[in-house]
Amino acid sequence: MSDKTIDRVASATPARVARKVKGLSDRAIAWIFVGPTIFLLLAINIFPLIWTINLSFTNFKANRVNRAVEYIGLRNYERILTDGDIWLSMQATAHFLFWTLFFQVLLGFTLAWLINKKFRGNDMWTTIIVLPMMLSPAVVGNFWTFLYQPQIGLFNYVVSFFTGVDPSSFDMLGSVDLAPWSIVIVDTWMWTPFVMLICLAGLRSIPDYIYEAAEIDRASKLRQFFTITIPMVLPFLMLAVLFRGIENFKMFDLVVQLTGGGPGSVTEMASINLKREAFEKWRTGYSSAFAIILFVTVFGLASIYVKALNKVKER
Amino acid sequence: MKQLKLAAVGVLSLTAATISHTAQADDLTLCWAAWDPANALVELSKDFEAESGHSMNFEFVPWPNFADRMLNELNSGGKLCDLLIGDSQWIGGGAENGHYVKLNDFFDAESISMDDFAPATVYAYSTWPKGSPNYYALPAMGDANGWFYRKDWFARDDIKAAYKEATGDELGEPKTQKELLQIAQFFQEREIDGKKVYGAAIFTERGSEGITMGVTSALYPWGFKYENTPGKYDMEGAVNSAEAVEALEFYKELYKTATPPGYTNSYMGESLDAFKSGQVAMAMNWFAFFPGLYADPDTGGDKIDFFVNPPQNQAGSTLGGQGISVVSYSEKKDASLEYIKWFANPDVQAKWWSMGGYSAHNAVLNSPTFKDSAPFAGDFLVAMDDVQDFWQEPAYAELLLAMQKRVHDFVVADKGTAQEALDLLIEDWTEVFEDEGKL
Amino acid sequence: MSYSVTEPSSRQKWIAGALVILYALITMAPLVWIMMTSFKTPPDSISYPPKVFYQPSLEGYVNLFTTRTRVSPERLAELPPPTNFAEEIVRNRDMVIAGPSKFGGRFLNSVIIGFGSTFLSIFLGTLAAYAFSRFKIPLADDLLFFILSTRMMPPIAVAIPIFLMYRKLGLTDTHLGMILLYTAVNISLAVWLLKGFIDEIPREYEEAALIDGYTRFQAFYKVVLPQAATGIASTAIFCLIFAWNEYAFAVLLTSGTAQTAPPFIPTIIGVGGLDWPAIAAGATLFLLPVMIFTVMLRKHLLRGITFGAVRK
Repeated sequence: MSDKTIDRVASATPARVARKVKGLSDRAIAWIFVGPTIFLLLAINIFPLIWTINLSFTNFKANRVNRAVEYIGLRNYERILTDGDIWLSMQATAHFLFWTLFFQVLLGFTLAWLINKKFRGNDMWTTIIVLPMMLSPAVVGNFWTFLYQPQIGLFNYVVSFFTGVDPSSFDMLGSVDLAPWSIVIVDTWMWTPFVMLICLAGLRSIPDYIYEAAEIDRASKLRQFFTITIPMVLPFLMLAVLFRGIENFKMFDLVVQLTGGGPGSVTEMASINLKREAFEKWRTGYSSAFAIILFVTVFGLASIYVKALNKVKER
Repeated sequence: MKQLKLAAVGVLSLTAATISHTAQADDLTLCWAAWDPANALVELSKDFEAESGHSMNFEFVPWPNFADRMLNELNSGGKLCDLLIGDSQWIGGGAENGHYVKLNDFFDAESISMDDFAPATVYAYSTWPKGSPNYYALPAMGDANGWFYRKDWFARDDIKAAYKEATGDELGEPKTQKELLQIAQFFQEREIDGKKVYGAAIFTERGSEGITMGVTSALYPWGFKYENTPGKYDMEGAVNSAEAVEALEFYKELYKTATPPGYTNSYMGESLDAFKSGQVAMAMNWFAFFPGLYADPDTGGDKIDFFVNPPQNQAGSTLGGQGISVVSYSEKKDASLEYIKWFANPDVQAKWWSMGGYSAHNAVLNSPTFKDSAPFAGDFLVAMDDVQDFWQEPAYAELLLAMQKRVHDFVVADKGTAQEALDLLIEDWTEVFEDEGKL
Repeated sequence: MSYSVTEPSSRQKWIAGALVILYALITMAPLVWIMMTSFKTPPDSISYPPKVFYQPSLEGYVNLFTTRTRVSPERLAELPPPTNFAEEIVRNRDMVIAGPSKFGGRFLNSVIIGFGSTFLSIFLGTLAAYAFSRFKIPLADDLLFFILSTRMMPPIAVAIPIFLMYRKLGLTDTHLGMILLYTAVNISLAVWLLKGFIDEIPREYEEAALIDGYTRFQAFYKVVLPQAATGIASTAIFCLIFAWNEYAFAVLLTSGTAQTAPPFIPTIIGVGGLDWPAIAAGATLFLLPVMIFTVMLRKHLLRGITFGAVRK
């Protein structure tokens, strides 16, 4: 009998026990346990993915069920890759991605470092800082539009309070120059805690004896920070960046509520563009191709990144 | 509440038993946008409930999400709505994709004649292909984009004098688009009663249809055309004509020089807010809101008056309004048709107008008392004479999204020139019509 | 206490504490503002400068739960006096309550779909995680990674075929459809997390149980499950929060019957214009449970967040 599972259980347990396993065989149990999950994932994850790939080669429009569907080869891909608007939306995404990651890493690491000073009550304050990331981005994003109102909004009021600028003189969501920053601010507010928590886990994983050894070697605190703290936290930090990067590449709900892609198309990021194509213009085939391109992009970038991450870990 | 509902159901089933028009009492759902006329329709429909024994539910979606939600609902074959009061531009898609029930046989059987309704509304809300006697909706709510202003400010001597001094003209309801701009610029950042006020609230919304509806209110009076020859989709020279470019530049100037700060993404709600809070001298909005505006305790009554979208090279207003259709996925089509039959009744139409709904029935519109029944009733008739609508093609959503983008990019986001925006728009639209096989 | 070189001085602690508290207060400001706005009257909510002190009012909550119609002053005068505080608030604005709003139903949908999908994710996920942890399943790691990688797709991309599939199956705008969908999205993470928790439970416990004559099922049920309870609980919180907050699928696939609160709350409008106190009231009621959850269960939750990172 070549059943590996049974073999393993048998080898792991005394022979007497193996004989006493009653009822279903382990193999059957394994399948019963895993089966429903696999089925659900096949039905709602894998099958749709394959269907999307198939659709991406057609001119199908989901709102025109009576129209004949034609296979048009790579035409959708060609159109997307040569479409200037798509590239603009990729640029908007890149701007958002870069600056949110920049601020979140900076603030998240700093906060984690400060919290790791273990001042009294740091637990409670950590929990409070974490709150925004637990909340619904759509609901919170919607309310931020109120905070950003030029005259009556709290945000403009606070800015004017500290800088003296007239609160009705600038419009975070409506101005071409400010709108891209308005979404960066809200995303940073929401997701800095995530980076912070992972950095904190990293900082707490550094054993005390390393610092003690450095102290014996009379390394300065600054030197310790750059030769011990930073390198030891880096793998964690990079992982946080990976997670945030993937999430922000897909960013939809927050930005839809805040700017809806406007003004003009300044904050129309990839997901918003995709939503317009798929569910407002109903160009199903075209948007399927776009979806696949996005998926391959994220997957590709993430794979390269993970390779780099593993190199850092090995050091 | 639950008890109340039960009681209501009990009463309804009783009336149903006594009247017993139909074999069974159905629970109908009517979908529309969430706005003042919808609330009036709820009140009006109570008569239908009492008469027919059916009970009515309502699903009202706020305007910014209305098209998105409802088109999604139709395209997913949803059974939520039995009756849908859908935007005029949806009729092409509703007809060609089989979302709406064709009403011709029903109209014939119940002797409902489309000749009883104002021709412009029948053309716009009911027919597909356009102008053919194939009906997919009954005109439910006539509407156009109009204007209202602070009559009390316009009547003040100090303001009138200041206006005369600044411009050399008399202050009054603008007769042309350019005069409207002049007045709006005059009021911009003017201090009135110790408060800084602004010129006009206009539509600039990006997400749904806002800025297109605003911009076309300038385009049509300038003589903008979608096609050189109707039905040929030859847009070059029509969509980007010199007049169209001038009109688009005009709208941008209006936006840049005469609107309140922060109105970069404003539509119906924002326009109402700006006016009701006393921020602006004038505002554009749909006639549908005028009854509510007139009744407003703070800025209504003596303080408000209304005018039709002013002409420039010609008269022209942007069409709003909706027809009522039966959704073909509904399982209660008979009861839904019963509702339409009831709604088409002239008495019901008269009551509809009295409650704030814009009836399109000739018996209401041609009545001698109509013009004086409300301060905006006469304006409404004038506006409806020269209305134009956006594309009603099945691909309307794509066409609209392209226009939203190009126009918003130019007017609000300062991208490119008016000429470029319209040229790009033709490119986008050409692509859509090519995909449709119409070019 | 022994002296440690890694223990920061008290001055350092003080400065660090002050900075962190400052950040926490700034971060809380928008959330506090939501709650404050929910107790304002509409005019107070849009006053300039923004009001910090005001007369609290329940108007936002009343507006959130009711639909109202405007009536003429004459008609208002004819009506019998208001019987409760809600009616009184509404009458002050020349309106009467016309009926309940849809908020209660949407909120209930969120509860049903949130708990339904969480239960299903945990039920299926625990079984699968146990199998992945204890039995050798061919290509298990690749399979798990691939499944996890589908989460890299933007939800809109996944929504395209789901939309078509649900349309065919009649699952659009149904509770069942949304529960299945959220379960499918959550389950990969659930299996991933739960497998980690179950891996930590020593095998010897089950083996001892098997020797005592338990079947595999019994061993799983009576030995492993109680041991994994903490892990299951924290995974469940994650699934629940995801389903509770999810917006993209909900806005595309639900409409009148199964719509959840996140797509609904931003569309709350008053009579003629945005009603910020009502929106804030809806947001408060919707966000508060998660906030309370987070504070109460912080230990499990924070561990869960960093779990994936620390494990790999």
